[in-house]
Amino acid sequence: MAQFALKTDLPGYLRDEQRKIEQYAKNYGLDFFPTVFEVLSYSHMNEIAAYGGFPSRYPHWRFGMAFEQLSKSAEYGLSTIYEMVINNNPAIAYLLEGNSIIDQKLVMAHVYAHVDFFKNNFAFQSTDQGRDSLTGLLRRKWIDTMANHGSIVRRCANRVGIEKVEAFIDTCLSIENLIDPYRPFGPQPRKDRDSDQDTLQDEAEEVPRLRVERDYMEQYINPDEFVESQKKRLEQDVDKSKRVPKEPERDVLQFLLDHAPLERWQRDIVAIVRREAYYFAPQGQTKIMNEGWATYWHSKILTEKALDASEIVDYADRCAGVLATSGNQLNPYKLGVELFRHIEERWNKGRFGKEWEECDDLEARQAWDRRLGLGRRKIFEVRSHYNDVTFIDEFLTPEFVMDQRLYSFGFNAKNDRWEIESRVFRDVKVKLLAQLTNAGQPFIYVQDANHNNRGELLLRHDHQGVDLRLDYARAVLEALAHIWKRPVEIHTLLEGKATLLQYDGSSHEQKGL
Amino acid sequence: MSLRIDQDHSRFRQIVRGRIRQNLRKYISQGELIGKQGQERVSIPIPQVDIPRFRFEDRQRGGVGQGDGEPGDPVAGQPGQPGQGAAGSAPGEHMLEVDVSLADLAEILGEELELPRIEDKGKDAIVEAKDRYVGIRRVGPNSLRHFRRTFRHALKRQISLGTYDPRNPVIVPVRDDMRFRSWKTEHEPVANAVILYMMDVSGSMGDEQKEIVRIESFWIDTWLKHNYQGIETRFIIHDAVAREVDRDTFFRTRESGGTMISSAYKLASDIIDRDYSSSEWNIYLFHFSDGDNWSVDDTLLCIQLLSDKLLPTSNVFCYGQVESPYGSGQFIKDLGEHLKDNERLITSEIRDRDAIVHSIREFLGKGK
Repeated sequence: MAQFALKTDLPGYLRDEQRKIEQYAKNYGLDFFPTVFEVLSYSHMNEIAAYGGFPSRYPHWRFGMAFEQLSKSAEYGLSTIYEMVINNNPAIAYLLEGNSIIDQKLVMAHVYAHVDFFKNNFAFQSTDQGRDSLTGLLRRKWIDTMANHGSIVRRCANRVGIEKVEAFIDTCLSIENLIDPYRPFGPQPRKDRDSDQDTLQDEAEEVPRLRVERDYMEQYINPDEFVESQKKRLEQDVDKSKRVPKEPERDVLQFLLDHAPLERWQRDIVAIVRREAYYFAPQGQTKIMNEGWATYWHSKILTEKALDASEIVDYADRCAGVLATSGNQLNPYKLGVELFRHIEERWNKGRFGKEWEECDDLEARQAWDRRLGLGRRKIFEVRSHYNDVTFIDEFLTPEFVMDQRLYSFGFNAKNDRWEIESRVFRDVKVKLLAQLTNAGQPFIYVQDANHNNRGELLLRHDHQGVDLRLDYARAVLEALAHIWKRPVEIHTLLEGKATLLQYDGSSHEQKGL
Repeated sequence: MSLRIDQDHSRFRQIVRGRIRQNLRKYISQGELIGKQGQERVSIPIPQVDIPRFRFEDRQRGGVGQGDGEPGDPVAGQPGQPGQGAAGSAPGEHMLEVDVSLADLAEILGEELELPRIEDKGKDAIVEAKDRYVGIRRVGPNSLRHFRRTFRHALKRQISLGTYDPRNPVIVPVRDDMRFRSWKTEHEPVANAVILYMMDVSGSMGDEQKEIVRIESFWIDTWLKHNYQGIETRFIIHDAVAREVDRDTFFRTRESGGTMISSAYKLASDIIDRDYSSSEWNIYLFHFSDGDNWSVDDTLLCIQLLSDKLLPTSNVFCYGQVESPYGSGQFIKDLGEHLKDNERLITSEIRDRDAIVHSIREFLGKGK
């Protein structure tokens, strides 16, 4: 810790507060990486926020665009960035210069909870980079990694020209979301592709039959149709084993790295974009939980420990701003913190388990309190083992939906407007889960790299009720064709009909299947 | 302090510029920007400076919100994508408003239409140099020493060093305390320009026709302003009689009755005689009408005024004929017939909004 503490140029009065809050957070059982705070001017804050927290990131115009939007939004008074915290070990957190001391305390408490979440939530294990050989500490040196990416891209730009590099990054970013967030947790891909295929082909010579004790039973136990169907299945298996990929592949970027005809510098860039997408993925998967957790702890630490009586009103005002449900939008801070508190209350009062589930006496339920006091332990457990989808799936209750006045909405074409659809628990839950699944993005798989036996790339959209947006889908196919250098197509459903979208490098085609 | 983001930001601005160029014709013919004139910078919406991804058709999708209302009630605000996206890594997917200055827009317009820079009437070499005091420097000649600032710095230094004694307030400036005025030499072209707009406001010039004139003259203004500093504009409206009006009236008035184009030309000629000697001024004359003049005699009078007076004194005389359901469209033919050899006369037919861009190019494309 000490070696990092030296680096902070935090003014003395903030350093004192930081130490106090760090201690409070520890006493509550939060478990975080060492955290370095830096104070930034407003324009620097916007700059770093535009880079997603990493000032040394590779050059790309979209960061400039984000900067313009952030600065403008701040100028118009629509938003201010109070804090930023980077999932890194040591964690880096930025404070906005000129904020009131109450704001800074709030932010620091918030930050320690975020860092606790980064360190302990399972989804963030995918951002581990091994352990430090000297200290044995968990390595998350993403600041360095991002800086390396930056210098690799700059080197590419020097060699082949910034325009070319930037255009290629544009292309890669179009498919940046086509990764498999669970891949880091699954079995690692096997390298020995070929041996698999050999065994299958050997077996193919003999069609498996059921064992027959007496010859005259052969026709009954292994009728011709059965043998025939077995044979066909075998052939299909052999076919399939020749196909690349063998199973539909969700990590499109990795697939392209393995199979697309890329130049060296292009390969570097695809790899960088992919690695960064994996780095950011857990944050997208746990937005509600992460913000809820941080909000839970900043309010606990501040109201119970860190605030003077004179600061309470200002704090409450600030907090109300963070938790406001603006208009009719869902606020992840609000939803998250309320759900954590809901869980805590349930486990404190023993409102779980078979008995609770089966109780249908409304009064009994409302008065239910077993005084178990398990709430605190439970929420720590939840913060470690869930992501937004499983969090909502497991802990959203009808009572909660009613208390929080949640509803599902949809577009009503007849009235040409968005309308509230339902306040029924199931409807709300289904919509909410749909909205969170795969970070709200379609499931896309690489199906076949040799489609039509002509080296065309076939993707499949796993349609789960909502169509792809067509203009965007076409633009992505263009990007893919640019990388694959052969026609690219995708199977999807459009208005209920199986459809093939194809881009052959010059024109688009769309046909029913 | 220069920020690393500056480079990416300027790349982004460059892309935006390209995007503006692509959509320029649309912006021009929509006329939305006119309301924003007089402002240093204008905001214009740029569609889709974003990165396409596979994403869902929004309208099939819906989501979850929080708040009051019963099923069937409208959801306030745009639903967007509540509660999603990694912090800072997902740029917004809506329209993007960017700030551009009108001068930039004019330049883009010029590039896009391949408009040449306007040539001055042989006076482009005449530039007046002017010195202006613009700031303070730490070096300079004693004659430019800024006494007050120097004193202040010396005082500051002495206070901070503790050598200042309020009972004996002697201030001795040293070299480091000295402050000097600094100046900049600015070059101002003395060539001046005036644009004189004339518009037919007889009954047959409807709202749509006027809107076309309005949009076209706005962009002509903007482009010429980009080329000249301190350009003057004057406005004349006419039906059977002409009068000079302010800009506002020019575009709002709706008159009716007959049309005597010569009345406007006469008035224009008077204004030039009175205020703008043609040896010192670049004079741009624009006249918009639906081409329906009162009589053949009047048309002949117009032609005489043009060839004797207006054409010789002006850089260019532009006649724009806006198509209207009532106009005969005869006037442009008459002009062509009688004055077709005069290269200062430029005529253009403006059928509809989409023709505005083309018409601007016809008028200004020759760089006079």
